[in-house]
Amino acid sequence: MPKLTIDGIAIEVPAGSTILQAAEAAGIEIPRFCYHERLSVAGNCRMCLVEVEKTPPKPIASCAYPVGEGMVVHTDTPMVRNGRRGVMEFLLINHPLDCPICDQGGECDLQDQAVGFGSDSSRYDENKRAVKDKDLGPLVKTTMTRCIHCTRCIRFITEVAGVPELGATDRGEHMEVGTYVEKALSSELSGNIIDLCPVGALTSKPYEFVARPWELQKVDSIDVLDAVGANIRIDSRGPEVLRILPRLNEDVNEEWLGDKSRFSIDGLKRSRLDRPWLKKDGKLQAVSWAEAFSAIADRTKGLSADRIGAIAGDLCDAESMLALKDLMTSLGSANIDCRQDGARLDASRRDFYSFNTSIPGIEEADAVLLIGTDPRKEAPVLNARIRKAVVANRAPVGSIGPVIDPTYKTVHLGFDPSVLNALHNGSHPFADTLRNAKKPMIVVGQGALARADGAAVLAAAWRLAASVGALTADWHGFNVLHTAAARVGGLDLGFVPGANGKSVAQMLDGGVDLLWLLGADEIDTARVGANTFVVYQGHHGDAGAHRADVILPGAAYTEKSGTYVNTEGRVQRGFKAVFPPGDAREDWTIIRAFSQLVGKTLPYDTIDALRARLEQANVAFSRIGYLPRFGCSDLTGPSGDPAAVGDAPFALAVENYYQTDAISRNSPTMAECSATKPELAAAAE
Amino acid sequence: MAAAAPSNFEQPACFAFDAQSEAELAMLIGRYPAGKQASVVIPGLYVVQHQMKRQTDSAWVPVKGMDALAERLGMAPIRVYEVATFYYMFNMAPIGKYHLQVCTTTPCWLRGSDEIVAACRAETGIAGWKETSADGMFTMTEVECVGACVNAPILQVDDDFYEDLNGERTTALLAALRRGEKPPKGSTIGRQNSAPEGGSQTLLFAPEA
Amino acid sequence: MLQDKDRIFTNLFGVHDPLLKGARARGDWDGTAAILARGRDGIIDEMKKSGLRGRGGAGFPTGLKWSFMPKESKLPAYLVVNADESEPGTCKDRDILRHDPHKLIEGCLIAGFAMGACAAYIYVRGEFYNEGCMLQAAVDEAYEAGLIGKNACGSGYDFDVVVHRGAGAYICGEETALIESLEGKKGMPRMKPPFPAGVGLYGCPSTVNNVESIAVAPTILRRGADWFLGIGRPNNAGPKLFCISGHVNKPGNVEEELGIPLRELIERHAGGVRGGWDNLLAIIPGGASVRLIPKTICDDILMDFDSLRNVRSGLGTAAVIVMDKSTDLIRAIARLSKFYMHESCGQCTPCREGTGWMWRTMNRMAEGRATIQEIDTLEQVTRQVEGHTICALGDAAAWPIQGLIAHFRPMMEERINAYKARISSPSRMAAE
Repeated sequence: MPKLTIDGIAIEVPAGSTILQAAEAAGIEIPRFCYHERLSVAGNCRMCLVEVEKTPPKPIASCAYPVGEGMVVHTDTPMVRNGRRGVMEFLLINHPLDCPICDQGGECDLQDQAVGFGSDSSRYDENKRAVKDKDLGPLVKTTMTRCIHCTRCIRFITEVAGVPELGATDRGEHMEVGTYVEKALSSELSGNIIDLCPVGALTSKPYEFVARPWELQKVDSIDVLDAVGANIRIDSRGPEVLRILPRLNEDVNEEWLGDKSRFSIDGLKRSRLDRPWLKKDGKLQAVSWAEAFSAIADRTKGLSADRIGAIAGDLCDAESMLALKDLMTSLGSANIDCRQDGARLDASRRDFYSFNTSIPGIEEADAVLLIGTDPRKEAPVLNARIRKAVVANRAPVGSIGPVIDPTYKTVHLGFDPSVLNALHNGSHPFADTLRNAKKPMIVVGQGALARADGAAVLAAAWRLAASVGALTADWHGFNVLHTAAARVGGLDLGFVPGANGKSVAQMLDGGVDLLWLLGADEIDTARVGANTFVVYQGHHGDAGAHRADVILPGAAYTEKSGTYVNTEGRVQRGFKAVFPPGDAREDWTIIRAFSQLVGKTLPYDTIDALRARLEQANVAFSRIGYLPRFGCSDLTGPSGDPAAVGDAPFALAVENYYQTDAISRNSPTMAECSATKPELAAAAE
Repeated sequence: MAAAAPSNFEQPACFAFDAQSEAELAMLIGRYPAGKQASVVIPGLYVVQHQMKRQTDSAWVPVKGMDALAERLGMAPIRVYEVATFYYMFNMAPIGKYHLQVCTTTPCWLRGSDEIVAACRAETGIAGWKETSADGMFTMTEVECVGACVNAPILQVDDDFYEDLNGERTTALLAALRRGEKPPKGSTIGRQNSAPEGGSQTLLFAPEA
Repeated sequence: MLQDKDRIFTNLFGVHDPLLKGARARGDWDGTAAILARGRDGIIDEMKKSGLRGRGGAGFPTGLKWSFMPKESKLPAYLVVNADESEPGTCKDRDILRHDPHKLIEGCLIAGFAMGACAAYIYVRGEFYNEGCMLQAAVDEAYEAGLIGKNACGSGYDFDVVVHRGAGAYICGEETALIESLEGKKGMPRMKPPFPAGVGLYGCPSTVNNVESIAVAPTILRRGADWFLGIGRPNNAGPKLFCISGHVNKPGNVEEELGIPLRELIERHAGGVRGGWDNLLAIIPGGASVRLIPKTICDDILMDFDSLRNVRSGLGTAAVIVMDKSTDLIRAIARLSKFYMHESCGQCTPCREGTGWMWRTMNRMAEGRATIQEIDTLEQVTRQVEGHTICALGDAAAWPIQGLIAHFRPMMEERINAYKARISSPSRMAAE
């Protein structure tokens, strides 16, 4: 650990650190534009100049210069100040003075640093450079004249997203950032370049001229549009969510966010359920809460408990699922299920249904097997971690299922589950790759489980994990990758059929006379029996609401405080950013109110009391945010029979990344994104 | 050549390497260590440009050619676009039959490159840089120092240097090219390469005699 | 004056056969195996002793550079030869490539052996198409003759030589940009550290040398370090190729000893300044990137690294650009500013933005369409670029302007005043 002195502060930092990192450790801020801690070092903006004693008498770019023992660094000498002022002046000579009409205004690194390090006037009298804007698709708006050529966007798209489509063409002052041949960016992580751009060259197209940052209310929350649980910040003004940005969480999403999670917010304003509805004479009519509730209560009267059932959807918070489960229990029904897609998940042990390696743990993996999953489409942020491991550890990746392009090199091992047996008995060459790895990782997707032999596939995958050494005391390499934000929470709460309870399939196929859908839109509503009375509680007039006899308007994730458990089993909590529209209410309160009406009053009337009940239901809910790493000491597998796998090829859980749920399906922006994908357009036809 | 947006002019709908290009690529790839075939990108772009010259009499690099090269070398197309536009010897738009590259950097300018430029303009009718004559014979490009300064001023026609030029000899050269002749490259006043005019003061012995 | 017997490049002008037969007649490939038998240390010691300083511009001791290569390495090592000769005024390597290619190829083998390299990559600028073809022909016949390739010259050492053609980017003459370009990327210089001797071509230990530095090595090793050291001046040893262009009666290339007086160089070998020595205005002594020197300094300056550094200029590539009194010096330097703007790779802010600014200002200065204060602004801008970039192109863009201002500021002021007088004169007003 070299010791050095920066501005008189003695500090010891790990060998290989750069001066800039050492300065940060010493609490000294060094201005920068091109440097970003998650990207390769470019060293091109020249803003981070410092002076180092006993080097040639010129300033040094601290972002790239390694620390040395006994080094003496100065960050505030005349040489450094002149250097930075010079760089600022150069950056500004060709930068337009259009801050008043620039969406970056108020949160612009160039603005901020110009104030801190620049001069008050320009000596440049020539014409400024004008650069033609590029069309990068529906999400990223470009104003390329503002570009300062830091290349962060190019490095992100190439290194993190792994979809090298951006580059800098030409050279010198003619250098332009873009795709050269005009095309929409095809990465699912493209929105992150908006955050990375230190100026207003790349801004959000849907957010164009919408708001100024100082007008916005900022609330911390958790994304629910996939099962990663990305930490987000919801920016709103009045009743409206105006944008969603990622929030730093090293253990989950680092500082990235998928495009669907970022840009679906216009879907929150369309097809919303803002009042109760009741079907009268075959037509839905607006009614009061009381009327809607009494209609349901009337219907429950005389029904045997085993003719009542409930299905929880993919976006539900744990609180409302628990409330619904408690209600069903009090009514005497064991017919509950949170596995809309019919995935044969085994809820008997947490590591049978979780992403046990954990997201940060992925970085240690040195071999990866993907079974019936395309993580790029199912969890793009998590996929970026896999890519990180593949690049850093040169981890080989094998995939079973449809041929996929997950942004890293993948060996396609086969289409159907029989490959699992070949890997298990060692007859497939990739078996050695897994066995020889120190930390192999097996990822099972919902596409592998939502099928008749799903339980067998799950068991076969576990058996394979055990046999290749992926399950050890300090490494748990068995992973289930979920696509639904509600799923692990539901399983944690036992939102699965109880003793003699009916599954989703059984409930749909006429197994119940009253079916309560809590935001369940991913079921085949055509299968619901004609005489089944359907209660739909949720926020969008989507599939579930279309089949409903009663609609109870609930709150979207931005409109309620809720607890979510991500695919790893990490419990996280989001806060309410705006109120639900109209008469809509937070979901658990709806269930609580109904329980009172039917005389089965749930024993909690505050969110805190409900959360105490959550902890009681599963101790996992007492740990918010933090997830301990664990190995696997009990190799006993899930209940399925590994030998019973079929030979039908795997399908993928997510075909169209942009439209997977009620919110994104109602988002015009997401529809536009789908339209830019020729393969999706072809599939739709 | 500085990048004109590829959508500004007609691009061929497809590009496939012909037999000669295939042979050249195979030879080039063999020169570099295994796995380092990206090194072939610059020589490979010449292969594309030369093939276009063979096939269309215009030496340039179309997008489809870059895509074909990217695929052959296992590179992302954008990386090939970046390289092709960074190095100014690749013509990113169609050019005329002869590429007149006039050096106007200081050593040539001191020796009268203005006269060469004027002669080229007069003879070809081209007004601005990177433009092509109406008859499609010539494209004129201003280039930076071509590295033959003691034989300034220089006009590079395609791959050949014509040295020690003046306006009159430039006009004659272009007229000859137009007639389909290819005058010998090198000094246009009969100098022994870079030796001082009229004979060198050095290397007066004949080592091989 | 250097005697013909002490000249290394005896076919500089291409009078004789450049290929193997002629090269052998000139003494190339004579006892190469015996040179290699001296061992890595033996060769490097001799090179160090000779005092050879790199001929590409910076003048770094060549033997010392070779000694930086790791003695033990799991990775292959490479010699990279910089034949991207693009410095305005410079055209010496061109003559080596086309007229004496075997000196370079033999030098590659010896230098490559001395640094433990498995191959040499010779990066020839794209414009040197014909020169590259000649070099390739020489490489092909050297392979055929067993001089390179497996068991090169019967020495038991395997060594490959690859000719790689560039495509028109001056910046690729910067050693790390050249490596990037060889790897198939844009020629954008890398940050140092790490230095190429540690992490160079393909991430392997590499040394980048100028053509002339490598091509003189075999002769030094054959004739001995003492012979080389005996030519020139202390710390500035040996013969050197000079390129004399611009306003001289007989421009041309010549091999002369370092330390030759500039005036003698011009008058003896280039037929003198056009219109006589007193018609001299200024020269740029080492290629476009060094500060010019006015006639007063030219009168008695010696052409070597240290003498020119002492007058705040440099030997650079020893490309002497002569400008007589008819020269519009401001325009001559403005044209160089355009050159650097054109050749800036664009990655570093000060160079990308500053070279354009400098050229635009210089362009107005050449017209006189500027203010006196702007000369100071221009000077400050050059200081803001200089030393603030990854590579030295920023410095090279700044120095010619700094030289102009240092030596010819009154000329610039005069131009500005004349312009002001012209646009405010009554006749002009009447004309409008």
